Order: sequence, then C-alpha cells, then structure tokens
Amino acid sequence: MLSWLPYAVAGWIFLVGCYGLVTSRHLVHTVVCLNVVQSSTYLLLLAVGWTRGGTAPIFGDIGRSRAVADPLVQAMTLTDIVVGAAVTALLLALTIQIAKRRGTVDPRALRSFEQESEE
Amino acid sequence: MSAPDGLVEQLPVLLVVVPLGAGALVAALGHWAPRILADALAVLVAAVCTVGAGRLVVAVGGGRVVTWLGGWTPASSGSGPGGGQSVGIVLVADRTAAMLVVSAALLVLAGLLFSWRYLEETSATYHALMLVFLAALSGFALAGDLFDAFVWFELMGAAAYALAGMRVEEPRSVFAAVEFGVVNTLGASLTLAGITLLYARTGELALAYVGERLRSQPADALVGFAFVLLVVGALVKAAVVPFHFWTADAEAAAPTPVCAVLSGAMVAMGVYAVARWWRVAFDGVLPHPTAEHLLLVLGAVTALVGAVMCVYQRHIKRLLAYSTISHVGVALLGVGLLDEHGTAAAIAYLVGHACTKGPLFLGSGVLLNRYGTVDEHALFGQGRGRWFTFSVFALGGLGLAGLPVLGLWWGKATLEHALSVAGAPWAVAVVVVAGALTSGSVLRLTARVFLGLGADPRSRSSRDGDGSEEPEEPEEPEEHGPIGPRAAALMVAPAWLLLAAGVGLALVPWVHRAGATAGAVFADRHGYVEAVQHPHRVLAPVVGHEETVWTGTGLGLAAVTLALACLVAAAALWAPRVRALPWGRAGARAARSVVGGLHAVHRADLPEQVAWLLAGAAVLAVVFAL
Repeated sequence: MLSWLPYAVAGWIFLVGCYGLVTSRHLVHTVVCLNVVQSSTYLLLLAVGWTRGGTAPIFGDIGRSRAVADPLVQAMTLTDIVVGAAVTALLLALTIQIAKRRGTVDPRALRSFEQESEE
Repeated sequence: MSAPDGLVEQLPVLLVVVPLGAGALVAALGHWAPRILADALAVLVAAVCTVGAGRLVVAVGGGRVVTWLGGWTPASSGSGPGGGQSVGIVLVADRTAAMLVVSAALLVLAGLLFSWRYLEETSATYHALMLVFLAALSGFALAGDLFDAFVWFELMGAAAYALAGMRVEEPRSVFAAVEFGVVNTLGASLTLAGITLLYARTGELALAYVGERLRSQPADALVGFAFVLLVVGALVKAAVVPFHFWTADAEAAAPTPVCAVLSGAMVAMGVYAVARWWRVAFDGVLPHPTAEHLLLVLGAVTALVGAVMCVYQRHIKRLLAYSTISHVGVALLGVGLLDEHGTAAAIAYLVGHACTKGPLFLGSGVLLNRYGTVDEHALFGQGRGRWFTFSVFALGGLGLAGLPVLGLWWGKATLEHALSVAGAPWAVAVVVVAGALTSGSVLRLTARVFLGLGADPRSRSSRDGDGSEEPEEPEEPEEHGPIGPRAAALMVAPAWLLLAAGVGLALVPWVHRAGATAGAVFADRHGYVEAVQHPHRVLAPVVGHEETVWTGTGLGLAAVTLALACLVAAAALWAPRVRALPWGRAGARAARSVVGGLHAVHRADLPEQVAWLLAGAAVLAVVFAL
C-alpha cells in the first residue's frame, strides 16, 4: 500500500524545483531551486532502499535476520548531499561576487553575452 | 590481460589518487610556499600522469586492467532476485579509457605550463583545482560502476565551475560560471535519478552487472526512461544541442588554459560516457534503431548548429567554443553508429580534437595577454610578424579541416570511412561541412589578425552603418599586461607540444593499430563483463582489425574540406566584394535571416537554458517511450 507515494513525491519535488528554475528572477532563488531538484533525487534514492518493516542498517544492535533498509542508497544519498552542498556553496559565493560587481542578481538581466555579430 | 606487471595493475588507481593527493598538497602548501613550488609540483604531477597513462595505453594492449577497490569484490552468487552482487567500487581500464586519460593529462600539463607565466598572480588554488579536475577526468574515464562515475562527474563539474569563475573581478566570467554550474548540476541530478532507477531495477551498480541483469529480463518503459535520464547529464557535459547553451559563455569567460581542458577533455568525457553506457549496459536491451537514429540526429544537428554559429563569431574564444560544439556533434555521429568502428573513430576524433583545439585556445590566450582583447575586428592586422603565434593558429585552423598530417586527420578519416560503410553518406557530408565551416572561421581570423588580409572590418562596419555591429566591451585582461618575449615563448611552447602530439596521432602507424584494438576491446561487451566478474582470470587479448587511414577517399574528402574552408574564409574576408556580385546580396540576406533566428535562440538567459534542457530531456524520453 502506498508504495508508489515516495516516487510520486520525488517527481513532484523535481517538477517544483524545475518550475522554480525556469521562472527564477533571483540567483539565490535559482540556487535554492537547484537544491530542491537535488532533494528529489535524495528522496528517490531513499525510496528505492526502503524495506517494509525494516530498521536502520546497523548490525551491532540487531540480529542479522532483521529486515533493514538498504545501506547502499543511504551512503549514496549522503555522498550526494555532500556534493550538492559543495556546489551550492560555490554557486552562492559566485552569486555574492555578481551582486557586488553588477548590482543585480536577476538572471534575466544578466543574460548571456552572445551578441549580434556579422560576417 | 597480457599479464601486466605489478605497476600496471596499480596504474588506474594511481592515475586518480596521485593528482587528487597532489591537488590537496598544493592547496595546503599554497598559503606559505613560494608560487614556483606550486607550479613545479603541479607540472610534475601532470607530466607523471601523462607518462603513466601512456604506459597504461601500451601495457593494457587488447585486454583490461580491472581493480575492485578495498577488496570489495563481487559476491560469487547473488542474494536472490534483485541481487546486489556488485556494491564495491570498480575501475576498468581499457585502452580507450587510457587514451582519454592521456589526452586529459596532456591538456592539463599544457595548460599548467601555459599559465606558469600567464597567470602569474593567481594563487595556488588554481593549481590545486587543475589537479583535482585531472583526477576527476581520469576517475570518470576509468570508473566501472555507475555511482563512482557520478561522483567523478560531479567533481569534474565542481572543479570546472570554480575554474571558470576564478576571475572574480570579471562579472561576466562569474555569471558564466554560475550558468555553467546550474545547468550542469541539473543535468547531473537527472543522471543520478537514472542511476537510482537502474539500481532499483537491477540491484547492481557496476556497469557490467547492470547490463547483465537488464539483459536477463525484457526491457520496459522504465529502462528506456532510466537511459534517457542517465544520458541527458552526459549530453549536457558534452555540449550537445539543445543542452549546449552554457558552453560558449563558459569557454569565453574561463581563463584560457582552463578553456583548453574544458573543450578538449571534459566535453569528450560526455561523449565517451554515452558510448560506454550504451555498449555495456543498454546494447541489446533497448531498441537499437531508436538509439542510433536519435544519436545520429543529435550529432548532425549539433555539428551544423555549432559550425554555423562558429562562422558568425568575432570573439575568438566564443568562436572556438562553438567550433568545439560542432566537433562534439561530429564525434557523436561516430558514437551514433553504435558499432565498433564508429566508436573507435569517435574516440580517435576526440583525442585528435584535443590536440587541435587546445593549441588554438592557448594561442588566443597569447593574443589576450598581448593585446588585451580577443575581438577579431579590433585585432585586425595587429599580429603581423608574430610568426610563432601565427603558425599555431594557421596549423590549428588547417587541422580542424583534417589536414592529413595533423591531429584530427586520423579520427576524421576513420570516421568518414565508418559512416560511409554503415550506409550514412549524408553524415559524411555533415562531417565535411562542419570541418569546412569551423576551419574556415579559424583561417579567416588568422588571415585577418596576423596577415591583415581582406577588408578592414572596423572601417566596414562604420561605413555600412550596420546597426547590428555593437562595439565589443573591452575584455578585462586575465592578468597583468603583456609579458616579455622569453615568457611568451613559454606560452607558445605548450601549444606546439599539443600540435606535435597531434602529428604523432596522424602519422605514427602504431597509434592507428592501437586505436583499432581499442575500438575492438571497447565493443567487446562479453569480454568487459567477464573481466569485471573475474578480475584475475586471464582472457585472450582482442585484436582490432586495422584499416589504413591513407585511402584515396579520405585524402579526397580532406582536400574537399580544406578547399571549402578556404572558400569560407575568403568569402568572409572579402565580404563586400561578394555582396557586390549579382547573387551576393540576396545570398547574404538569406543567410542573415537564418542566422538571425539562431542568434536569437543563443541569447537564451539562464531560465531559458534550463527550459531548453528540460524540453530536450522530455523529447528524448518521448522518443524512447514510443
């Protein structure tokens, strides 16, 4: 019952994050939306490793026969959170630089510098 | 495995650990040690990695070196359906992966040599990031399991974003880095979602085991969807249309030596990932024609869009960035054939491209240092008498058209052969057109900047009163002003090093034999799976069927490409006279209306770029669902 729920929620979070990215008017908002998108992958990973009636995969306290959640996806989620945090920190630091130099952090105002040029 | 000795067994691990550790060391020492120490250490490590990877290319022969790290070898029997035999980290070094590591290490080495004097005021963080970038590139090429590959993929990205945004005083550079970071991180999230779905389906992470599990049951929509998610991240890194919008900005803004690595090595890894993942995990699972058509169409569109945009650039680094996009598209055509020869040719093309585009980027760095601009029009006639830089641009330009002694020749000739054998002559035409347009653009700027040929574009734009011609904003120099002639020699030398490596690729018969073997090993899925499952079993080495690159057709196509490139360059140089011809003005107007639309699309801001990415991913998903 309800085994599809975490997948649906992950999909929903992904779409919400993408909607935020596409409509963003502020780079900090953009970076946070990127985090929201990444969160959907954490949920997806954890949903995959979920076991009915399972407990935390720490075998020191429990018998080997107990059902446990898949520790591998938890390790992957943790790794992904670390990577995501590093990228977020970097992007926010760059955003601060943009704010200092340009006085705006609206990605539409800071559009790509592809110019009309001709040959 | 051809009984590799102890060192060769360790090489794949060392090629990742050594640059990573050295990067940390350089970062730690950077605070107090003199700058020369960071330079020397970083250059030394990059050189050692180049030699080590070269040793691996030779020693691995027609086999593979498989390393299960930390003794986490796969369980001999699965723990039931959904298994989970392969949760360890595995590195699989075959000749293709090793060749890509060599080219990445060589580019990083050239970049570091170049920046010894070029980025003299930069802190050692730059060196640390370059070494981490190299470690991530090596790790990605060698990774044999999906999650490991994803971690290297993200590390490669993180190092690249930081390097691209390194000039914090230059706001355009910083914004380009943010664009680059947001778009690529979104792509990587999709890849991770794809990995998760595959793990949910198979319970495995090692690519070989994933493939075996997928093959043991009929494919359904989930597998197709997972493939699309997985591949989109790689295509974003590979700068394939419509996932390519970050590329021109990032490569225009990043410090020049970083551009050489981005365009030569990182982008190549995206194409390599598509080829590898398809071959090991999805070949025989998903419908072959769908994937083939999809990749061929993506490759052709990318090759042509990149080439057309390249012709219409006057900012030299943007021009080179679009040229990179175009050449990636050409390489993707080879991958799209999904056969042994196509993939081998694509890898040869990518390695040759690294040895051709790298020097061009380094050459543009010399111009930027000397004149404080890389605007082709402002540089008109400025480079007269600078023969060393001139020769880098001229040879690089001719090389992009596949001149039969330079780097791209080997890949271009084998690729054209593979495409025509596979019955896709239209794709050969795409290769020729992409080569002609990108090469013609470089030849045009070379003739303008170094020879002062053609009409002076500065006077023309004022005379025509051409409204579209905006004066370029002055470029912030990446460092202090022009440096002395001896230092300038140290900047041109790495470009020559790469060009010389390219000549080696084109002319040494051993390289062509090695490349054929690399392609055969790459295509040998059963050998890959068996080597991963039984890392200590000695397998019979695979021998590739080498075909000579010196065929009449290949030489003829090279001549056609070169002739067209010269025509493109000449038409641009003497544009006023061409317009004066009876059909000239109508032709120019028609071209402008097409290119105007392309230009408008390429001024996409960050939200639009994200929208393009999602739309592209959705289209791919629909194609695989149908």
